[in-house]
Amino acid sequence: MSTTLRFFRFASPAAFYPLAGKLVPWFGAVAAILAAIGLYLGMLRAPTDATQGDAYRIIFIHVPAAWMSMLLYVVMAFWAAIGWAFNARLASIVARAIAPTGAMFTFLALWTGALWGKPTWGAWWVWDARLTSELILLFLYAGYIALVSAIDDTRRADRAGALLAVVGSVNVPIIYFSVIWWNTLHQGASVSVTTAPKMASVMLLAMLLMTLAFWAYAFAVIFVRTRAIALERDNHAAWANDSVARAPVRQGASS
Amino acid sequence: MAGDPAANPNPPADAVLTVRELECRRGDRVLFAPISFAVGAGSIVWIRGANGQGKTTLLRTLAGLSAPAAGDLAWTGAPEIAPRPLYLAHANALKEDLTVSESLRFLLLLSGQRVDGLDLDRALERFGMASRKDAFVRTLSQGQRRRVALARLAAQRELLPWLLDEPFDALDAAGVELLAGVIAQHARRGGAVVLTSHLPLPIDEPAPAIVELHAPAFA
Amino acid sequence: MSGTFAVLVARDLRLAARRRVDVVLPIAFFTVAVSLFPLGVGPEPQTLRQIAPGVVWVAALLAAMLSVTQLYAADHADGSLEQMLLVPGARISIALSKAMSHWLLTGLPLVVAAPVFGLLFDMSAPAIASLVAGLVLGTPVLSLLGGLGAALTLGLRSGAVLLILIIVPLCIPAIIFGAGAVTAVESGLSARGHYSLLGALLIFTAVLAPIATGAALRIATE
Repeated sequence: MSTTLRFFRFASPAAFYPLAGKLVPWFGAVAAILAAIGLYLGMLRAPTDATQGDAYRIIFIHVPAAWMSMLLYVVMAFWAAIGWAFNARLASIVARAIAPTGAMFTFLALWTGALWGKPTWGAWWVWDARLTSELILLFLYAGYIALVSAIDDTRRADRAGALLAVVGSVNVPIIYFSVIWWNTLHQGASVSVTTAPKMASVMLLAMLLMTLAFWAYAFAVIFVRTRAIALERDNHAAWANDSVARAPVRQGASS
Repeated sequence: MAGDPAANPNPPADAVLTVRELECRRGDRVLFAPISFAVGAGSIVWIRGANGQGKTTLLRTLAGLSAPAAGDLAWTGAPEIAPRPLYLAHANALKEDLTVSESLRFLLLLSGQRVDGLDLDRALERFGMASRKDAFVRTLSQGQRRRVALARLAAQRELLPWLLDEPFDALDAAGVELLAGVIAQHARRGGAVVLTSHLPLPIDEPAPAIVELHAPAFA
Repeated sequence: MSGTFAVLVARDLRLAARRRVDVVLPIAFFTVAVSLFPLGVGPEPQTLRQIAPGVVWVAALLAAMLSVTQLYAADHADGSLEQMLLVPGARISIALSKAMSHWLLTGLPLVVAAPVFGLLFDMSAPAIASLVAGLVLGTPVLSLLGGLGAALTLGLRSGAVLLILIIVPLCIPAIIFGAGAVTAVESGLSARGHYSLLGALLIFTAVLAPIATGAALRIATE
């Protein structure tokens, strides 16, 4: 019981701020190390594919990025809903902080998908089920960001965004199913981007490491952004002014 | 009967509405220092405060459109009356493309009242708008639209509590007198009225109790 | 509750009858948008027949979204929406009635006009029938989702464009199943699967969208 209470102590922006500040460098370091190992394994140690040559190696970025983009959307919707249901300000801030990172991973997945498609099948873009779903996910992120940015009142913006994110999450399976249906019907580019080479264990390990690296990176970036938003929202509060006053000038502007 | 902003802990037995340490927020700003008051049956409560102090937000909160930032409010009395105050906002809620009687009928139907032509005519007559009942709302002046909006008050059969936001705005002297009469009559019958007004209230009987909204205490 | 629904729909229809030009605007937009495609793509009948279902559905979607903001905006501005929200338990009725009014004024005319466009694109009779059937099931979904978008963006400057951005991804399944039904019929296959999916989508949306819209109205007016 007491551990839970101590944990909830960090649910206020004021308490979260210093804790997050201490954790950010660690997450950054973990991300860098895991990414280095993962990329080494993926780029240099994984076997060359018989049909696709070395171009397939982009999947070590493409697939983890796609996973992160989908996962972050649900996590964003979760925290936004918590913030709405329990009036938990920090949860709402975290949700807003996740959105740009999630959108970034979506964009990365799309871009690396294109880079994979071009040397392999000669086209920068194919409308297969997965890439199309990623594109729609990008629209969902864009819609969330556009909506919360358009509303000046932060409480209304947080809640409207939470509702939109929850509605989006409920619809994601439906949209995904309909896109698969659409793709199989039209038998278009089903010479698909999705036939990945048979997975050697080195490849699986590399993808896992890259996923964890992206996770750590996401934590670091989201914490930085959360701190910035919390500072901005509480800019009249004592804790915010103290933190800013205490920050050594040589560290530069952002936290 | 109303208490001072410095709480009245024991509301009178016939209190229709009891407000305790209520705070309202607009955006991120708390608008006024916590207030407490009780509204008794047959009384008129006049909410006063500077521009932007939160009078409209307070009325919206009492009406149930917004949740309070802190404190609570409780309606007492018969369940079919108590939680359904009649709220007239600053905006008239009249559709320009409907006629006066169509607009009024719609608003009355919304609140669940069965409306017949006679009720409508009588209500409009009370506020001097019966002659324009088939005119389109867009042809009316601001003052006339206000009279039509207020006609809802004259059409009430039940003794609902009234929440009125700047009801005297845009009315000419005759209109002010009419409205004052309607409000006083409602109070005499035992209904409760909570209203805001910039100008002095032309009602002496019953004497309105005043609740002042003050700026919140913190820096 | 059903009383509120009927009162609101009746009022919205009466208001629309007083402003008949505004009612025709979505259909006019739809007509113009659909007619642009042959101009852009070329008049070759085979191509037009192929793109017809997609074009009609996308144009229907855009026409629906452009007209839905009006439904809430006017009531929000003159205080009527506030009065409606005061009625206990009315939020879902309001959402349903607005969706119904919108469908009667925009969706239903589109369904009626669709065969004409089918002829413009030289579609076969079974294809046109399939298009109409799909629109009958799908346009209410668009109205329901559009209402959600309108409630979320109530009173915002960015209005219709923002609404389109946030709602269109949610409408994609309806477009896929609706246009897909026509394509299936044109290739001689049965479209029954498509209609079932559209029907399921309609039920799902009709149950959940009004609840979400009611919550959005509360968020927007608090």
